[in-house]
Amino acid sequence: MQKIYLGVDVGSVSTNLVALDTRLQVLETVYLRTMGHPVKATQEGFRELQSRLPQFEVLGVGATGSGRNLVAAMLGADEVKNEITAHAVGAAHFHPEVRTVFEIGGQDSKLILLRDGVVIDFAMNTVCAAGTGSFLDQQALRLGIPIEEFGHWAIRARQPVRIAGRCGVFAESDMIHKQQMGYPTEEIIAGLCEALARNYLNNLGKGKEILPPVVFQGGVAANLGLRRAFEKMLNMEIMVPEHYNVMGAIGAALLAAESMKDRPSSFRGADFILDGEFETRSLECNGCPNQCEVVSIHRQGQVLAYFGDRCRRWDASLKSSKVVSRELKKAAR
Amino acid sequence: MRITFPHMGNSYIAISSLLKELGLDVVVPPPCSKRTLELGTRYSPEFVCLPFKINLGNYLEAMERGADAILMAGGWGPCRFGYYAQVERDILRELGREFNMVIIEAPDSRLTSLLNQVRRMGIKTSWFQVWSAIRLSWEKLKAVDRLEALQHYWLPRVTDKGRCEKMIDAGLKAVDGCDDLRRMAEVVDRVERDLSGLERDVDNGSPLRIGLVGEIYTLLEPFANYCLERQLGRMGVEVVRDVNLTQWVNDHLFGGFLPSAPSLHATLSLAEPYLQYWVGGHGRETVASTVGYARRELDGAIQVAPLTCMPEIVAQSVLERVQEEEGIPIMTMYFDEHAGEVGIITRLEAFLDMIRWRKMKTGDTDAKNLFGSRCRFCQHEFGGS
Repeated sequence: MQKIYLGVDVGSVSTNLVALDTRLQVLETVYLRTMGHPVKATQEGFRELQSRLPQFEVLGVGATGSGRNLVAAMLGADEVKNEITAHAVGAAHFHPEVRTVFEIGGQDSKLILLRDGVVIDFAMNTVCAAGTGSFLDQQALRLGIPIEEFGHWAIRARQPVRIAGRCGVFAESDMIHKQQMGYPTEEIIAGLCEALARNYLNNLGKGKEILPPVVFQGGVAANLGLRRAFEKMLNMEIMVPEHYNVMGAIGAALLAAESMKDRPSSFRGADFILDGEFETRSLECNGCPNQCEVVSIHRQGQVLAYFGDRCRRWDASLKSSKVVSRELKKAAR
Repeated sequence: MRITFPHMGNSYIAISSLLKELGLDVVVPPPCSKRTLELGTRYSPEFVCLPFKINLGNYLEAMERGADAILMAGGWGPCRFGYYAQVERDILRELGREFNMVIIEAPDSRLTSLLNQVRRMGIKTSWFQVWSAIRLSWEKLKAVDRLEALQHYWLPRVTDKGRCEKMIDAGLKAVDGCDDLRRMAEVVDRVERDLSGLERDVDNGSPLRIGLVGEIYTLLEPFANYCLERQLGRMGVEVVRDVNLTQWVNDHLFGGFLPSAPSLHATLSLAEPYLQYWVGGHGRETVASTVGYARRELDGAIQVAPLTCMPEIVAQSVLERVQEEEGIPIMTMYFDEHAGEVGIITRLEAFLDMIRWRKMKTGDTDAKNLFGSRCRFCQHEFGGS
């Protein structure tokens, strides 16, 4: 039976699963769209993985991405890590000498600086998502070009048009304006790529020392136009790893492998994941002035986990007495 | 006349006590909540900093409970805080509220100006009453600071974090309701004893120590920083914070000369090589404290401020050099009403991972959890490049 480490990255746009063997080589990767249903996407991804690897035993599970807590409860993850660490670990695994990681995903972008294999600084977009995957998707759709070909259009351009890239909405209106003026589509797309690269470097790269080797990963790394724009602007080569779109999941699997050593995995098993009816609910806790929005995940009506309460009293209630739960029921609106 | 004042962390305990003992009828605003922020945001300028919006919400909620006078601090210099009181007053007037506003021109003004204003309100107080009111609220400030320090120390070290927080909250409530100096000290001693009786987290015997710096309101008001200190404590981190209430009162009302209270006056000189000017707000304190934390061998520093805070933006640009030359990892976090909690937690976790990873690399074996000095997966040695 194939022994694997499972890594799951549930992002806003895509849900990715990877299986690593015990030598930590990539066996299989699954990339699919989350479509707003992280639980369903994870189930589908797991089913897909099962069809490709008919017989396997899970030695450890790592979860990352914005939906990490949700799927961790569902899968029984051994390691739950933030995306920044997961991506850094993934990049350093394939390129031990890496000093800069660009990661652009569906709605987040990150810049991670490593020296001697260790993260020394990072930045993450906070106020604006211009230039991330969702925005590029939307523009490709508007121009009627499949997103996979978007970048190739950009590199066919003779000369990029200047597009205002500070804000996603204004970038779009500027693109429309340039279309109305009659610029060829290739040149507008190339201009957009440059604007987005500029925006990224200004927002995240502010005051940070970007040194080669640079690894570019995340779904947007498929965009050749953006990669070229970075290369031109920084005057250095940008590497895109083979598994660029699932590096977070690989990082999570590696972290799980690292943390497992000899203890058994808390993986819940295929039946639990695939046969169960999962449901998520939310409530506003009135236990204190914070009024946290508490989300819970249920399987067959039974609560698996609570998230979002700052004091963790909801989560703690799963392990303690009924009195607490009654008290909590009163606090819920 | 019923007087109110804005919240800033646990400062209400001392402020309400002072005003009550001076013979005033006090309305403490309800604790900051989403509703406070919603009310404040509705009537504030879009681009003003977050504390302003919360202040305004505090006043509106206090007025619902019958407040008709506001006590607010003033200020001067490059920080927008200096205009808060006046602009807040005008907004409330435009909303048709009728009230009295008492503005004490701090920092660096005198308590006597407050007392004179109080007298002008027609409250008769003897000098003895004034003295004992000040004494009591000063002791309350000290008790609050001690409780906060206890939380910083114990939260990362115990297994039952919820119990620990409850004990601190109970202590704060007891201090709030106490008007006897001796009993107050007993309350805090009791909390300290109870805390040390909690079960220790043996896996976190020597927790990471992270110093907090930044704009004072964002530092002290958990509602404005998404409960940063407790989040860190629950992640197993001991928080260190130079700025606190007794320090502020000592430095700004007593010129830093109170012997029994902490002061940042001596620390300020540490900023000298990096920042020679007063840049307003807590900009210089931020740089100085961070240098101090680095010399005290803390594991990292987090700078917090409301979005668009000018003094802290200046400090942030200076901190890049501090990070490099003093060798302390620094992360800056800006907060406003649009901040997403998920993003905040992600960055905190990543920052702690980064520090632990770095400690492993430099051979500090206290830091377990994360990575070995060589990549366990492919066995390559870190630093091979």
